[in-house]
Amino acid sequence: MAQGSNHHSDQNDAPGDGDLAGRLERLDREIEKRGSPKSAGADGRSGGDASSGLAQAFRLSSEFVAGVVAGGIVGFLVDKLFGSSPWGLIVFLLLGFAAGVLNVLRSAGLVKGPGQ
Amino acid sequence: MAGALDPIHQFQIVPLIGEGAFAFTNSAAYMALTVVLITGFLMIGTSARTLVPGRLQSLAEMSYEFVAGTVRQTSGDSGMKFFPLVFSLFMFVLFANLIGLIPYTFTVTSHIIVTFALSMVVMLTVVIYGFAKHGTHFLHLFVPSGVPGYILPLVAAIEVISFLSRPISLSVRLFANMLAGHITLKVFAGFVTMLSASLGGVGLALGVLPLILAIGITALEFLVAFLQAYVFTLLACMYLNDALHPGH
Repeated sequence: MAQGSNHHSDQNDAPGDGDLAGRLERLDREIEKRGSPKSAGADGRSGGDASSGLAQAFRLSSEFVAGVVAGGIVGFLVDKLFGSSPWGLIVFLLLGFAAGVLNVLRSAGLVKGPGQ
Repeated sequence: MAGALDPIHQFQIVPLIGEGAFAFTNSAAYMALTVVLITGFLMIGTSARTLVPGRLQSLAEMSYEFVAGTVRQTSGDSGMKFFPLVFSLFMFVLFANLIGLIPYTFTVTSHIIVTFALSMVVMLTVVIYGFAKHGTHFLHLFVPSGVPGYILPLVAAIEVISFLSRPISLSVRLFANMLAGHITLKVFAGFVTMLSASLGGVGLALGVLPLILAIGITALEFLVAFLQAYVFTLLACMYLNDALHPGH
């Protein structure tokens, strides 16, 4: 919320002293660009102390479960398509487990994002 | 009485007009109400267009600035082309969550099919825009650089499954938070009536404790409603960022 109201006040005096407001805005954007743009994931934890821990726990656990579930669904579909039951399910559940761990590490900010 | 104390009863979908698969249900009605409220809020809020904003205009501007700030922070200025989508998603989820907190209302986002549809909108946008903009280069998203060739198939498979798990985690998080919150609220509120109904005066005195808890949980639920809308938006931005810059 803090940065929201900041921008808000910046742009509001734009008609009065347009040059200064424009320069401030450019500076803001520059700072945001240089300060790690990827660090925004950490902002999800900034809403209060106890509840933010809860939110983070919820986030991490759902990431992990989603990985396993996605692996299971892919494995099930592979089995259906190729009649390879139960191997597709076994292999893709294991891969899904790995993907879940990767998801958790990523959302905890310990591993870089995809394609980097 | 059974319906009043059943914590799941509040999530029942009832057809209002018509029947079968295309019935206009209470869920659809609340979705329509959400959209109407958002539209009304923004239209009335921005109709005055004063330089020094009034209350409603200030709120409308704040919601714009908040989402715009989130989009800029996660995907830079190039991400602003997704701003209409992201803003709609944020407002819809936030208003649906907040409407659900009013007693006797229906919470749209407590149904996984709704949240899953919302997250599929995001993921399909990512995939379609990614392929349209970058062609096969979009697939670099699944191929991390600097990985030895012999484990590349394994890593790519894991990355693909990780990508497929995104809409699941995105939808399950929102749905589970709303569902769990509303059930907890209902159960604690139910304790009050159950205690006073079965124990009389003593129960009424004891019932103050779950009542206090229910009030506390209501406050927490307001925070969760906002936080989950924000988290949904933030992650949607991060996923849309992948469509803009797949692999560097």
